[in-house]
Amino acid sequence: MIALLWRDLRLAIRAGGGFGLGLAFFLIVVVLVPFGVGPETALLSRIAPGILWVASLLAALLSLDRIFALDYEDGSLALLATSPLPMEGVAMTKALAHWITTGLPLTFAAPVLGFLLSLAPEAYFYLLLSLLIGTPALSMIGTFGAALTVGLRRGGLLLSLLVLPLYVPTLIFGAEAVRRGAEGLDPTGALMLMGGITAGCFALLPFATAATLRINLR
Amino acid sequence: MPDLGAYAAEVLSAYAVSIALLVALIWMSYRRYIKVRAALEDVERNG
Amino acid sequence: MSMWEYANPKKFMGWTRPVLPWTFALAGICLVVGLIWGFFFTPDDFRQGSTVKIIYLHVPSALMAINAWIMMLVASLIWVVRRHHVSALAARAAAPVGVVFTLIALFTGGIWGQPMWGTYWAWDPRLTSFLILFLFYLGYIALWEAIEDPDTAADLTSVLCMVGSVFAILSRYAVLFWNQGLHQGASLSLDKEENISDVFWFPLLVCIAGFVLLFIALVLMRTRTEIRARRMRALEARARRA
Repeated sequence: MIALLWRDLRLAIRAGGGFGLGLAFFLIVVVLVPFGVGPETALLSRIAPGILWVASLLAALLSLDRIFALDYEDGSLALLATSPLPMEGVAMTKALAHWITTGLPLTFAAPVLGFLLSLAPEAYFYLLLSLLIGTPALSMIGTFGAALTVGLRRGGLLLSLLVLPLYVPTLIFGAEAVRRGAEGLDPTGALMLMGGITAGCFALLPFATAATLRINLR
Repeated sequence: MPDLGAYAAEVLSAYAVSIALLVALIWMSYRRYIKVRAALEDVERNG
Repeated sequence: MSMWEYANPKKFMGWTRPVLPWTFALAGICLVVGLIWGFFFTPDDFRQGSTVKIIYLHVPSALMAINAWIMMLVASLIWVVRRHHVSALAARAAAPVGVVFTLIALFTGGIWGQPMWGTYWAWDPRLTSFLILFLFYLGYIALWEAIEDPDTAADLTSVLCMVGSVFAILSRYAVLFWNQGLHQGASLSLDKEENISDVFWFPLLVCIAGFVLLFIALVLMRTRTEIRARRMRALEARARRA
Protein backbone atom coordinates (compact mmCIF):
# COMPACT_ATOMS: atom_id res chain seq x y z
CA MET A 1 0.00 0.00 0.00
CA ILE A 2 2.78 2.35 0.94
CA ALA A 3 4.76 1.36 -2.12
CA LEU A 4 1.74 2.14 -4.27
CA LEU A 5 1.34 5.47 -2.54
CA TRP A 6 4.97 6.40 -3.21
CA ARG A 7 4.68 5.32 -6.81
CA ASP A 8 1.59 7.48 -7.35
CA LEU A 9 3.17 10.46 -5.66
CA ARG A 10 6.33 10.16 -7.74
CA LEU A 11 4.34 9.85 -10.92
CA ALA A 12 2.20 12.87 -10.07
CA ILE A 13 5.20 15.05 -9.37
CA ARG A 14 7.32 13.88 -12.24
CA ALA A 15 4.61 14.09 -14.86
CA GLY A 16 4.13 17.67 -13.74
CA GLY A 17 0.41 17.26 -14.32
CA GLY A 18 -1.93 17.57 -11.36
CA PHE A 19 0.52 18.96 -8.89
CA GLY A 20 1.19 22.47 -10.13
CA LEU A 21 -1.79 22.65 -12.43
CA GLY A 22 -4.42 22.40 -9.70
CA LEU A 23 -2.74 25.13 -7.70
CA ALA A 24 -2.45 27.43 -10.70
CA PHE A 25 -6.10 26.85 -11.49
CA PHE A 26 -7.04 27.67 -7.91
CA LEU A 27 -5.07 30.92 -8.10
CA ILE A 28 -6.64 31.92 -11.40
CA VAL A 29 -10.22 31.30 -10.26
CA VAL A 30 -9.66 33.34 -7.11
CA VAL A 31 -8.07 36.15 -9.10
CA LEU A 32 -10.91 36.16 -11.64
CA VAL A 33 -13.67 36.61 -9.07
CA PRO A 34 -12.88 40.24 -8.17
CA PHE A 35 -12.92 41.05 -11.89
CA GLY A 36 -16.40 39.62 -12.00
CA VAL A 37 -17.94 41.15 -8.92
CA GLY A 38 -15.98 44.37 -8.56
CA PRO A 39 -13.16 45.40 -6.24
CA GLU A 40 -15.09 46.49 -3.13
CA THR A 41 -13.30 45.06 -0.12
CA ALA A 42 -16.42 44.65 2.02
CA LEU A 43 -18.19 42.57 -0.62
CA LEU A 44 -15.13 40.46 -1.32
CA SER A 45 -14.50 39.74 2.31
CA ARG A 46 -18.12 38.64 2.70
CA ILE A 47 -18.03 36.17 -0.17
CA ALA A 48 -14.41 35.05 0.35
CA PRO A 49 -15.18 31.84 2.29
CA GLY A 50 -17.54 30.60 -0.39
CA ILE A 51 -15.20 31.50 -3.23
CA LEU A 52 -12.21 29.84 -1.64
CA TRP A 53 -14.21 26.68 -1.04
CA VAL A 54 -15.77 26.56 -4.49
CA ALA A 55 -12.42 27.26 -6.13
CA SER A 56 -10.64 24.52 -4.20
CA LEU A 57 -13.46 22.15 -5.09
CA LEU A 58 -13.07 22.90 -8.78
CA ALA A 59 -9.31 22.60 -8.55
CA ALA A 60 -9.68 19.18 -6.93
CA LEU A 61 -12.08 18.19 -9.70
CA LEU A 62 -9.56 19.10 -12.38
CA SER A 63 -7.14 16.28 -11.71
CA LEU A 64 -9.67 13.55 -10.90
CA ASP A 65 -9.74 11.84 -14.28
CA ARG A 66 -6.01 11.17 -14.03
CA ILE A 67 -6.46 9.01 -10.92
CA PHE A 68 -7.24 5.81 -12.77
CA ALA A 69 -7.06 6.69 -16.46
CA LEU A 70 -3.35 6.08 -17.02
CA ASP A 71 -3.29 2.92 -14.93
CA TYR A 72 -6.30 1.63 -16.78
CA GLU A 73 -4.80 2.25 -20.19
CA ASP A 74 -1.41 0.66 -19.59
CA GLY A 75 -2.93 -2.28 -17.75
CA SER A 76 -1.38 -1.70 -14.35
CA LEU A 77 -4.85 -1.42 -12.85
CA ALA A 78 -5.59 -4.99 -13.93
CA LEU A 79 -2.27 -5.95 -12.43
CA LEU A 80 -3.20 -4.27 -9.18
CA ALA A 81 -6.46 -6.20 -9.15
CA THR A 82 -4.57 -9.49 -9.11
CA SER A 83 -2.09 -8.34 -6.48
CA PRO A 84 -2.53 -9.38 -2.84
CA LEU A 85 -3.58 -5.84 -1.96
CA PRO A 86 -7.39 -5.74 -1.83
CA MET A 87 -9.15 -3.42 -4.26
CA GLU A 88 -10.50 -1.41 -1.35
CA GLY A 89 -6.93 -0.70 -0.31
CA VAL A 90 -6.04 0.38 -3.84
CA ALA A 91 -9.01 2.76 -3.86
CA MET A 92 -8.08 4.28 -0.54
CA THR A 93 -4.43 4.66 -1.52
CA LYS A 94 -5.37 6.34 -4.77
CA ALA A 95 -7.60 8.78 -2.90
CA LEU A 96 -4.84 9.47 -0.42
CA ALA A 97 -2.32 10.12 -3.19
CA HIS A 98 -4.76 12.47 -4.88
CA TRP A 99 -5.31 14.30 -1.63
CA ILE A 100 -1.59 14.71 -0.97
CA THR A 101 -0.98 16.04 -4.47
CA THR A 102 -4.00 18.38 -4.66
CA GLY A 103 -5.93 18.73 -1.41
CA LEU A 104 -2.96 19.36 0.83
CA PRO A 105 -1.28 22.02 -1.36
CA LEU A 106 -4.65 23.71 -1.83
CA THR A 107 -5.16 23.82 1.91
CA PHE A 108 -1.89 25.62 2.45
CA ALA A 109 -2.32 27.93 -0.53
CA ALA A 110 -5.82 29.00 0.52
CA PRO A 111 -4.82 31.36 3.38
CA VAL A 112 -2.44 33.17 1.03
CA LEU A 113 -5.25 33.68 -1.44
CA GLY A 114 -7.44 34.73 1.47
CA PHE A 115 -5.40 37.93 1.59
CA LEU A 116 -6.32 38.69 -2.00
CA LEU A 117 -10.00 38.51 -1.07
CA SER A 118 -9.47 40.35 2.24
CA LEU A 119 -10.83 37.50 4.29
CA ALA A 120 -11.63 38.43 7.89
CA PRO A 121 -8.57 37.80 10.11
CA GLU A 122 -10.45 35.52 12.50
CA ALA A 123 -11.37 33.19 9.64
CA TYR A 124 -7.87 32.09 8.55
CA PHE A 125 -7.55 29.42 11.19
CA TYR A 126 -10.96 27.98 10.36
CA LEU A 127 -10.28 28.15 6.62
CA LEU A 128 -7.17 26.08 7.11
CA LEU A 129 -8.89 23.67 9.46
CA SER A 130 -12.03 23.23 7.35
CA LEU A 131 -10.01 22.59 4.18
CA LEU A 132 -7.80 20.17 6.07
CA ILE A 133 -10.84 18.22 7.24
CA GLY A 134 -12.88 18.59 4.07
CA THR A 135 -10.50 18.03 1.16
CA PRO A 136 -9.91 14.33 1.96
CA ALA A 137 -13.63 13.79 1.49
CA LEU A 138 -13.40 15.59 -1.87
CA SER A 139 -10.59 13.27 -2.96
CA MET A 140 -12.40 10.12 -1.82
CA ILE A 141 -15.68 11.08 -3.53
CA GLY A 142 -13.71 12.06 -6.62
CA THR A 143 -11.93 8.71 -6.66
CA PHE A 144 -15.31 7.01 -6.66
CA GLY A 145 -16.40 9.19 -9.59
CA ALA A 146 -13.17 8.45 -11.44
CA ALA A 147 -13.71 4.73 -10.93
CA LEU A 148 -17.22 5.02 -12.40
CA THR A 149 -16.01 6.69 -15.57
CA VAL A 150 -12.66 4.96 -16.04
CA GLY A 151 -13.77 2.78 -18.94
CA LEU A 152 -15.19 5.67 -20.94
CA ARG A 153 -13.32 7.44 -23.65
CA ARG A 154 -14.64 10.91 -22.96
CA GLY A 155 -15.40 10.58 -19.28
CA GLY A 156 -14.16 13.99 -18.16
CA LEU A 157 -17.36 15.95 -18.55
CA LEU A 158 -19.50 13.12 -17.24
CA LEU A 159 -17.18 12.82 -14.28
CA SER A 160 -17.86 16.40 -13.21
CA LEU A 161 -21.58 15.92 -13.67
CA LEU A 162 -21.50 12.88 -11.42
CA VAL A 163 -19.14 14.19 -8.79
CA LEU A 164 -20.26 17.77 -8.28
CA PRO A 165 -23.68 16.95 -6.75
CA LEU A 166 -21.90 14.60 -4.37
CA TYR A 167 -19.74 17.50 -3.21
CA VAL A 168 -22.69 19.53 -1.98
CA PRO A 169 -22.73 18.51 1.70
CA THR A 170 -18.97 18.97 2.10
CA LEU A 171 -19.11 22.37 0.43
CA ILE A 172 -22.00 23.56 2.58
CA PHE A 173 -20.37 22.59 5.85
CA GLY A 174 -16.93 23.82 4.80
CA ALA A 175 -18.02 27.26 3.66
CA GLU A 176 -20.39 27.53 6.62
CA ALA A 177 -17.58 26.82 9.07
CA VAL A 178 -15.38 29.52 7.55
CA ARG A 179 -18.25 32.00 7.44
CA ARG A 180 -19.12 31.42 11.06
CA GLY A 181 -15.46 31.81 11.93
CA ALA A 182 -15.34 35.10 10.04
CA GLU A 183 -18.41 36.41 11.83
CA GLY A 184 -17.11 35.38 15.23
CA LEU A 185 -19.69 32.64 15.72
CA ASP A 186 -18.90 29.15 16.88
CA PRO A 187 -18.01 26.94 13.87
CA THR A 188 -17.45 23.68 15.77
CA GLY A 189 -20.83 22.26 14.75
CA ALA A 190 -20.14 22.63 11.05
CA LEU A 191 -16.59 21.37 11.45
CA MET A 192 -17.71 18.29 13.33
CA LEU A 193 -20.43 17.49 10.81
CA MET A 194 -17.88 17.84 8.03
CA GLY A 195 -15.51 15.57 9.92
CA GLY A 196 -18.34 13.08 10.10
CA ILE A 197 -18.82 13.23 6.34
CA THR A 198 -15.11 12.74 5.72
CA ALA A 199 -14.97 9.79 8.10
CA GLY A 200 -18.09 8.29 6.53
CA CYS A 201 -16.67 8.72 3.03
CA PHE A 202 -13.49 6.91 3.95
CA ALA A 203 -15.40 4.18 5.71
CA LEU A 204 -17.88 3.41 2.92
CA LEU A 205 -16.70 4.75 -0.43
CA PRO A 206 -13.61 2.50 -0.76
CA PHE A 207 -16.01 -0.44 -0.97
CA ALA A 208 -18.16 1.25 -3.61
CA THR A 209 -15.04 2.31 -5.52
CA ALA A 210 -13.58 -1.19 -5.38
CA ALA A 211 -16.87 -2.64 -6.62
CA THR A 212 -16.98 -0.25 -9.57
CA LEU A 213 -13.37 -0.98 -10.44
CA ARG A 214 -14.04 -4.72 -10.45
CA ILE A 215 -17.05 -4.16 -12.71
CA ASN A 216 -15.01 -2.03 -15.07
CA LEU A 217 -12.19 -4.54 -15.25
CA ARG A 218 -14.49 -7.46 -15.97
CA MET B 1 -64.21 29.12 -16.20
CA PRO B 2 -63.70 30.01 -12.55
CA ASP B 3 -62.66 33.49 -11.54
CA LEU B 4 -58.94 33.30 -10.82
CA GLY B 5 -58.61 36.85 -9.59
CA ALA B 6 -55.25 38.55 -9.63
CA TYR B 7 -53.30 35.33 -9.98
CA ALA B 8 -54.82 34.07 -13.24
CA ALA B 9 -51.52 34.25 -15.12
CA GLU B 10 -49.65 32.28 -12.47
CA VAL B 11 -52.21 29.53 -12.09
CA LEU B 12 -52.80 29.13 -15.81
CA SER B 13 -49.11 29.08 -16.66
CA ALA B 14 -48.44 26.51 -13.93
CA TYR B 15 -51.11 24.26 -15.40
CA ALA B 16 -49.97 24.87 -18.97
CA VAL B 17 -46.32 24.15 -18.29
CA SER B 18 -47.02 21.03 -16.24
CA ILE B 19 -49.49 19.56 -18.68
CA ALA B 20 -47.20 20.34 -21.59
CA LEU B 21 -44.31 18.58 -19.85
CA LEU B 22 -46.45 15.55 -19.04
CA VAL B 23 -47.79 15.32 -22.57
CA ALA B 24 -44.30 15.63 -23.99
CA LEU B 25 -43.05 12.85 -21.74
CA ILE B 26 -45.93 10.54 -22.62
CA TRP B 27 -45.61 11.35 -26.30
CA MET B 28 -41.90 10.69 -26.42
CA SER B 29 -42.22 7.45 -24.45
CA TYR B 30 -45.00 6.32 -26.75
CA ARG B 31 -43.14 7.17 -29.94
CA ARG B 32 -40.07 5.28 -28.85
CA TYR B 33 -42.31 2.38 -27.79
CA ILE B 34 -43.84 2.15 -31.26
CA LYS B 35 -40.53 2.59 -33.03
CA VAL B 36 -38.70 -0.08 -31.06
CA ARG B 37 -41.61 -2.49 -31.39
CA ALA B 38 -41.67 -2.07 -35.15
CA ALA B 39 -37.89 -2.43 -35.41
CA LEU B 40 -37.91 -5.58 -33.31
CA GLU B 41 -40.67 -7.14 -35.41
CA ASP B 42 -38.67 -6.30 -38.48
CA VAL B 43 -35.55 -7.95 -37.10
CA GLU B 44 -37.48 -11.00 -35.93
CA ARG B 45 -39.12 -11.51 -39.32
CA ASN B 46 -36.07 -10.96 -41.50
CA GLY B 47 -33.25 -11.58 -39.07
CA MET C 1 -44.34 -20.09 -8.06
CA SER C 2 -42.53 -17.20 -6.44
CA MET C 3 -43.13 -13.53 -7.11
CA TRP C 4 -39.76 -13.31 -8.86
CA GLU C 5 -41.27 -15.23 -11.77
CA TYR C 6 -42.97 -11.99 -12.78
CA ALA C 7 -39.56 -10.47 -13.37
CA ASN C 8 -38.67 -12.92 -16.11
CA PRO C 9 -38.52 -10.77 -19.25
CA LYS C 10 -40.87 -12.99 -21.20
CA LYS C 11 -43.36 -13.22 -18.35
CA PHE C 12 -43.03 -9.49 -17.81
CA MET C 13 -43.91 -8.79 -21.45
CA GLY C 14 -46.84 -11.16 -21.08
CA TRP C 15 -48.49 -9.73 -18.00
CA THR C 16 -47.80 -6.09 -18.78
CA ARG C 17 -49.45 -6.24 -22.18
CA PRO C 18 -53.04 -6.40 -20.85
CA VAL C 19 -52.25 -4.35 -17.73
CA LEU C 20 -50.70 -1.39 -19.53
CA PRO C 21 -53.75 0.13 -21.26
CA TRP C 22 -55.82 -0.20 -18.09
CA THR C 23 -53.19 1.56 -16.02
CA PHE C 24 -53.03 4.35 -18.56
CA ALA C 25 -56.80 4.65 -18.64
CA LEU C 26 -57.07 4.74 -14.85
CA ALA C 27 -54.26 7.28 -14.60
CA GLY C 28 -55.94 9.43 -17.22
CA ILE C 29 -59.31 9.27 -15.47
CA CYS C 30 -57.79 10.13 -12.09
CA LEU C 31 -55.78 13.02 -13.50
CA VAL C 32 -58.65 14.46 -15.50
CA VAL C 33 -61.13 14.15 -12.64
CA GLY C 34 -58.69 15.39 -10.01
CA LEU C 35 -57.41 18.35 -12.00
CA ILE C 36 -60.85 19.44 -13.22
CA TRP C 37 -62.26 19.05 -9.73
CA GLY C 38 -59.38 21.01 -8.30
CA PHE C 39 -59.35 23.68 -10.98
CA PHE C 40 -63.06 24.36 -11.41
CA PHE C 41 -64.82 23.23 -8.27
CA THR C 42 -62.70 24.20 -5.31
CA PRO C 43 -62.90 27.56 -3.55
CA ASP C 44 -59.97 29.96 -3.34
CA ASP C 45 -57.94 29.98 -0.20
CA PHE C 46 -58.64 33.08 1.87
CA ARG C 47 -54.95 33.95 2.09
CA GLN C 48 -53.45 32.51 -1.06
CA GLY C 49 -56.29 33.31 -3.44
CA SER C 50 -56.54 31.20 -6.54
CA THR C 51 -52.86 30.18 -6.44
CA VAL C 52 -53.87 27.37 -4.11
CA LYS C 53 -54.99 25.51 -7.22
CA ILE C 54 -51.35 24.94 -8.09
CA ILE C 55 -51.20 22.47 -5.21
CA TYR C 56 -52.90 19.82 -7.37
CA LEU C 57 -49.84 19.72 -9.59
CA HIS C 58 -47.11 20.74 -7.21
CA VAL C 59 -47.60 18.28 -4.37
CA PRO C 60 -48.20 15.10 -6.42
CA SER C 61 -45.28 15.74 -8.74
CA ALA C 62 -42.94 16.53 -5.87
CA LEU C 63 -44.07 13.40 -4.08
CA MET C 64 -43.55 11.24 -7.15
CA ALA C 65 -40.19 12.85 -7.94
CA ILE C 66 -38.89 11.49 -4.65
CA ASN C 67 -40.74 8.19 -4.93
CA ALA C 68 -39.32 7.65 -8.41
CA TRP C 69 -35.83 7.89 -7.00
CA ILE C 70 -36.75 5.47 -4.20
CA MET C 71 -38.17 3.07 -6.78
CA MET C 72 -34.92 3.32 -8.75
CA LEU C 73 -32.97 2.59 -5.58
CA VAL C 74 -35.08 -0.50 -4.83
CA ALA C 75 -34.78 -1.69 -8.43
CA SER C 76 -31.00 -1.18 -8.32
CA LEU C 77 -30.76 -3.18 -5.11
CA ILE C 78 -32.80 -6.00 -6.65
CA TRP C 79 -30.52 -5.96 -9.68
CA VAL C 80 -27.39 -6.10 -7.55
CA VAL C 81 -28.68 -8.86 -5.28
CA ARG C 82 -30.74 -11.04 -7.62
CA ARG C 83 -29.53 -9.99 -11.10
CA HIS C 84 -32.96 -9.59 -12.65
CA HIS C 85 -32.48 -7.78 -15.91
CA VAL C 86 -35.99 -6.36 -15.88
CA SER C 87 -35.23 -4.68 -12.59
CA ALA C 88 -32.20 -2.84 -13.97
CA LEU C 89 -34.15 -1.82 -17.06
CA ALA C 90 -37.05 -0.58 -14.93
CA ALA C 91 -34.65 1.65 -13.00
CA ARG C 92 -33.40 3.03 -16.29
CA ALA C 93 -36.94 3.53 -17.53
CA ALA C 94 -37.98 5.39 -14.38
CA ALA C 95 -35.22 8.00 -14.45
CA PRO C 96 -36.56 10.28 -17.23
CA VAL C 97 -40.03 10.13 -15.67
CA GLY C 98 -38.50 11.24 -12.39
CA VAL C 99 -36.72 14.09 -14.15
CA VAL C 100 -39.96 15.40 -15.64
CA PHE C 101 -41.75 15.18 -12.29
CA THR C 102 -38.90 17.04 -10.61
CA LEU C 103 -39.07 19.71 -13.30
CA ILE C 104 -42.82 20.09 -12.82
CA ALA C 105 -42.39 20.38 -9.07
CA LEU C 106 -39.69 23.03 -9.52
CA PHE C 107 -41.66 24.98 -12.13
CA THR C 108 -44.95 25.02 -10.29
CA GLY C 109 -43.11 25.81 -7.08
CA GLY C 110 -41.42 28.80 -8.70
CA ILE C 111 -44.64 30.07 -10.20
CA TRP C 112 -46.38 29.63 -6.87
CA GLY C 113 -43.54 31.27 -5.00
CA GLN C 114 -43.71 34.49 -6.98
CA PRO C 115 -47.07 35.78 -5.66
CA MET C 116 -46.74 34.17 -2.23
CA TRP C 117 -43.15 34.86 -1.24
CA GLY C 118 -42.44 37.60 -3.76
CA THR C 119 -39.78 35.60 -5.56
CA TYR C 120 -39.58 32.83 -8.13
CA TRP C 121 -36.61 31.26 -6.54
CA ALA C 122 -35.30 31.34 -3.03
CA TRP C 123 -32.47 29.24 -1.69
CA ASP C 124 -34.89 27.54 0.55
CA PRO C 125 -33.97 24.05 1.82
CA ARG C 126 -36.72 22.19 0.02
CA LEU C 127 -36.24 24.00 -3.28
CA THR C 128 -32.51 23.54 -3.08
CA SER C 129 -32.87 19.85 -2.28
CA PHE C 130 -35.04 19.42 -5.34
CA LEU C 131 -32.50 21.15 -7.51
CA ILE C 132 -29.86 18.78 -6.18
CA LEU C 133 -32.16 15.82 -6.79
CA PHE C 134 -32.54 17.05 -10.37
CA LEU C 135 -28.75 17.06 -10.78
CA PHE C 136 -28.57 13.52 -9.42
CA TYR C 137 -31.13 12.39 -11.98
CA LEU C 138 -29.14 14.02 -14.77
CA GLY C 139 -25.92 12.32 -13.69
CA TYR C 140 -27.66 8.97 -13.44
CA ILE C 141 -29.15 9.21 -16.93
CA ALA C 142 -25.89 10.46 -18.40
CA LEU C 143 -24.04 7.47 -16.98
CA TRP C 144 -26.59 5.07 -18.50
CA GLU C 145 -26.20 6.73 -21.86
CA ALA C 146 -22.42 6.76 -21.76
CA ILE C 147 -21.68 3.08 -21.17
CA GLU C 148 -22.00 0.68 -24.06
CA ASP C 149 -22.09 -2.72 -22.42
CA PRO C 150 -25.58 -3.10 -20.90
CA ASP C 151 -24.60 -5.21 -17.91
CA THR C 152 -21.71 -2.95 -16.98
CA ALA C 153 -24.00 0.04 -17.32
CA ALA C 154 -26.60 -1.59 -15.07
CA ASP C 155 -23.98 -2.41 -12.44
CA LEU C 156 -22.35 1.00 -12.42
CA THR C 157 -25.60 2.94 -12.38
CA SER C 158 -26.82 0.78 -9.51
CA VAL C 159 -23.74 1.65 -7.49
CA LEU C 160 -24.19 5.31 -8.40
CA CYS C 161 -27.84 5.18 -7.39
CA MET C 162 -27.00 3.75 -3.98
CA VAL C 163 -24.14 6.13 -3.26
CA GLY C 164 -26.22 8.98 -4.67
CA SER C 165 -29.11 8.15 -2.35
CA VAL C 166 -26.86 8.43 0.68
CA PHE C 167 -25.52 11.75 -0.53
CA ALA C 168 -28.96 13.02 -1.47
CA ILE C 169 -30.12 12.45 2.10
CA LEU C 170 -26.93 14.05 3.42
CA SER C 171 -27.49 17.06 1.19
CA ARG C 172 -31.05 17.32 2.40
CA TYR C 173 -29.90 17.78 5.98
CA ALA C 174 -26.85 19.83 5.07
CA VAL C 175 -29.11 22.27 3.25
CA LEU C 176 -31.37 22.47 6.27
CA PHE C 177 -28.34 23.36 8.35
CA TRP C 178 -27.36 26.00 5.83
CA ASN C 179 -30.61 27.90 5.57
CA GLN C 180 -33.92 27.74 7.35
CA GLY C 181 -36.39 28.49 4.64
CA LEU C 182 -39.69 29.94 3.65
CA HIS C 183 -41.34 26.67 2.78
CA GLN C 184 -44.15 25.49 4.97
CA GLY C 185 -43.88 22.09 6.61
CA ALA C 186 -45.69 19.07 5.30
CA SER C 187 -49.38 19.86 5.02
CA LEU C 188 -50.36 16.28 4.29
CA SER C 189 -49.12 14.28 7.23
CA LEU C 190 -51.87 12.14 8.64
CA ASP C 191 -51.13 12.69 12.30
CA LYS C 192 -51.07 16.46 12.36
CA GLU C 193 -53.87 18.64 13.64
CA GLU C 194 -53.57 21.52 11.23
CA ASN C 195 -54.01 19.70 7.97
CA ILE C 196 -55.39 21.41 4.94
CA SER C 197 -59.15 21.32 4.86
CA ASP C 198 -61.14 18.56 3.18
CA VAL C 199 -62.22 20.77 0.31
CA PHE C 200 -58.67 20.76 -1.00
CA TRP C 201 -57.77 17.37 0.40
CA PHE C 202 -60.05 15.10 -1.68
CA PRO C 203 -59.22 16.41 -5.15
CA LEU C 204 -55.58 16.40 -4.10
CA LEU C 205 -55.83 12.73 -3.19
CA VAL C 206 -57.31 11.96 -6.60
CA CYS C 207 -54.48 13.86 -8.27
CA ILE C 208 -51.87 12.00 -6.24
CA ALA C 209 -53.48 8.71 -7.27
CA GLY C 210 -53.38 9.91 -10.87
CA PHE C 211 -49.69 10.76 -10.69
CA VAL C 212 -48.87 7.42 -9.07
CA LEU C 213 -50.77 5.52 -11.75
CA LEU C 214 -49.24 7.60 -14.50
CA PHE C 215 -45.79 6.87 -13.12
CA ILE C 216 -46.50 3.14 -13.02
CA ALA C 217 -47.92 3.15 -16.53
CA LEU C 218 -45.00 5.11 -17.95
CA VAL C 219 -42.44 2.92 -16.23
CA LEU C 220 -44.14 -0.24 -17.51
CA MET C 221 -44.27 1.12 -21.03
CA ARG C 222 -40.69 2.33 -21.01
CA THR C 223 -39.48 -0.93 -19.49
CA ARG C 224 -41.19 -2.82 -22.31
CA THR C 225 -39.39 -0.56 -24.74
CA GLU C 226 -36.06 -1.23 -23.04
CA ILE C 227 -36.63 -5.00 -23.07
CA ARG C 228 -37.41 -4.94 -26.76
CA ALA C 229 -34.41 -2.75 -27.50
CA ARG C 230 -32.22 -5.17 -25.56
CA ARG C 231 -33.63 -8.17 -27.40
CA MET C 232 -33.12 -6.45 -30.71
CA ARG C 233 -29.48 -5.79 -29.92
CA ALA C 234 -29.00 -9.40 -28.91
CA LEU C 235 -30.58 -10.62 -32.15
CA GLU C 236 -28.48 -8.29 -34.25
CA ALA C 237 -25.32 -9.37 -32.47
CA ARG C 238 -26.24 -13.01 -33.12
CA ALA C 239 -26.92 -12.25 -36.79
CA ARG C 240 -23.54 -10.60 -37.16
CA ARG C 241 -21.77 -13.56 -35.62
CA ALA C 242 -23.60 -16.11 -37.79
